[in-house]
Amino acid sequence: MNQKQKKNLIRILSAAACLIVLRLLEGRLPAWWLKLALYMIPYLIVGHDILRKAWHGIRNRQIFDENFLMTVATIGAIGAGIYRGMHGGEDDYLEAVAVMLLYQVGELFQSIAVGRSRKNISSLMDIRPDIAHLEGENGELEDVDPEEVETGSLIVVQPGEKIPLDGIVEEGVSTLDTAALTGESVPRDAGPGSQVLSGCVNRNGVLKIRTTAEFDESTASKVLELVENAASRKSRSEQFITRFARVYTPAVCAGALALALIPPLVLLARGMAPQPFEWIYRACTFLVISCPCAVVISIPLTFFAGLGGASSQGVLVKGSNFLEILATVRTVVFDKTGTITKGNFVVTDVHHSPFPREKILETAAHAEGYSTHPISQSLREAYGGEVNLSRVTEVEEISGHGLTGRVDGISVAAGNRRLMEKLGIPSVDCHCPGTIVHMAIDGNYAGHIVISDELKPEAREAMDLLKRSGIERTVMLTGDTEQVAKAVAEETGIDEYHAGLLPADKVEWVEKLLADPRRKGRLAFVGDGINDAPVLSRADIGIAMGALGSDAAIEAADVVLMDDDPRKIAKAMRISRKCLGIVRQNIVFALGVKFFCLILGAVGVANMWVAILADVGVMILCVCNAIRALFTKNV
Amino acid sequence: MKKTYAIEVDCANCAAKMEEAAKKTEGVKDATVSFMTLKMKVEFEEGADPAEVMPRVLKNCRAVEDECEIHF
Repeated sequence: MNQKQKKNLIRILSAAACLIVLRLLEGRLPAWWLKLALYMIPYLIVGHDILRKAWHGIRNRQIFDENFLMTVATIGAIGAGIYRGMHGGEDDYLEAVAVMLLYQVGELFQSIAVGRSRKNISSLMDIRPDIAHLEGENGELEDVDPEEVETGSLIVVQPGEKIPLDGIVEEGVSTLDTAALTGESVPRDAGPGSQVLSGCVNRNGVLKIRTTAEFDESTASKVLELVENAASRKSRSEQFITRFARVYTPAVCAGALALALIPPLVLLARGMAPQPFEWIYRACTFLVISCPCAVVISIPLTFFAGLGGASSQGVLVKGSNFLEILATVRTVVFDKTGTITKGNFVVTDVHHSPFPREKILETAAHAEGYSTHPISQSLREAYGGEVNLSRVTEVEEISGHGLTGRVDGISVAAGNRRLMEKLGIPSVDCHCPGTIVHMAIDGNYAGHIVISDELKPEAREAMDLLKRSGIERTVMLTGDTEQVAKAVAEETGIDEYHAGLLPADKVEWVEKLLADPRRKGRLAFVGDGINDAPVLSRADIGIAMGALGSDAAIEAADVVLMDDDPRKIAKAMRISRKCLGIVRQNIVFALGVKFFCLILGAVGVANMWVAILADVGVMILCVCNAIRALFTKNV
Repeated sequence: MKKTYAIEVDCANCAAKMEEAAKKTEGVKDATVSFMTLKMKVEFEEGADPAEVMPRVLKNCRAVEDECEIHF
């Protein structure tokens, strides 16, 4: 509790104590005005700020808010009491004071609940580094604010600390915990030369890092800014509530006024006793019931908790509006590379070779030893051993074909089918999807190596999860060949695929899918953020995957998945549905109870006690329900 | 130029009022208030000096919501 909340608690307690004392004195007070004066003490202790705010609102011509409702209702109830007291009837001010008191209890609870969840959510997103150890020229360390570190400085990160700024490791070996950024604690290795991101936790070794970005440009700041901005993009439900409150409050005030004036006038016209204060009392009850706080506070709170909960799972949603759209997605379009496949090339097989697999890979790795092409890198990775370039001689690259050379003095050729044809060596075609490297050793065909983009191990499960969470159509777009696309689609269970597309074709396809009259719900496009910014922005909602460290993806997408697990797409949708479900429950529940009580109040069944208990009770339940959106781990 | 300020305010409705008031202040191009993060983001007009504009923003906000606070 902060200072203000403590002060309010003391006010509530002292006013409650006052009321108890007054209740004990009941019947021993000589005059009605003394009783009134005494009851005014707790009323003013607990309600003076409400009265002042209502007055402030009237002066600023922003009359209709909950302060106004409470002020009018309680003053009306006191007025009714005075009238009865003056005419020797049973005067009761307890109700008016208790209404104010309970209203303040509700406000205090709300303020504490919001403060708590604010704290909870910010601790979920606690990736802001507090300190950087800057190394000076003579090796001395200085602790500074990360904001003051210039690009190119040398910083030291101790085990257990957060990396304060993006940079490249100069010295030291360690593993990094990326859980704060990705939601998964898969350790990443870091050594000299590796790029590290701020917000990761250094686990076990001391690292010396040369910074490559200022604090504001570092990953941690960018992620934080994104999440903080998200709360200010309002969802449709939030806008609805703002508009609703604008109409609703004046409407109930008019209703209350009508309730106070019309029935007495009608009774008077019929020659019956008008009972004006009975009707004023009912109008006041009506006002207390109609206070819209429960809905007004719980909806933004739900979205905020949902955004925080999602980010704790490594799903950054850029605004409440996008969280809302996610729930209505029925078509998901994927870019193949980087989302369904890993986007890195791996040797998957060796065919038709008279030599053992190790031997052929060793030869290929050496022959391609000088090349920096991704295919050559994948060959070296498959070989795994040390490539000794002194064994390689006479290497000649034939553009568009491959290369020839000598390994250990024996002539070697590695390349596509055209290279084999050119050399006059008969080769065997391959039916596997992927890139094929044909090998010839000493003038004879030595089989071929199949290199393909690896399917993500979670891809199949991800598609199942999407289907199970109500996605009707999954589409894959790729620039790759028909053969590769077909194999991937079959293996993962994607509904349809379109191969051989250029980036511009992908935009066209998404537009075609958007225009499809059979389409139900919204369309999401999932890409890796590389070269697909136009498609990401064209879709109803753009989801970028594996965006850790990719600024372009974070800029272009509406939803950013920090790691590259495609199962998170379904998870993001489920989080969004849960959030929207809570919002709907709260609207229906709060308004339902309100309308029910309004009718009871209008016909005189419910008194002000029922009214205030309904109001505060509904608010407490709605706030508690809203906080459920924070728990996303098992969604 | 955009700047973000920490604010103190009690209710969502009051935050919305502050946003309106801040937007109408001279020298402010646009302003958004997030009640949940307790932050006010102010976009200043070209050539406006935040140090000179912000006291006016606070004054206007206080006029509609007297218990609010902006840390600048």
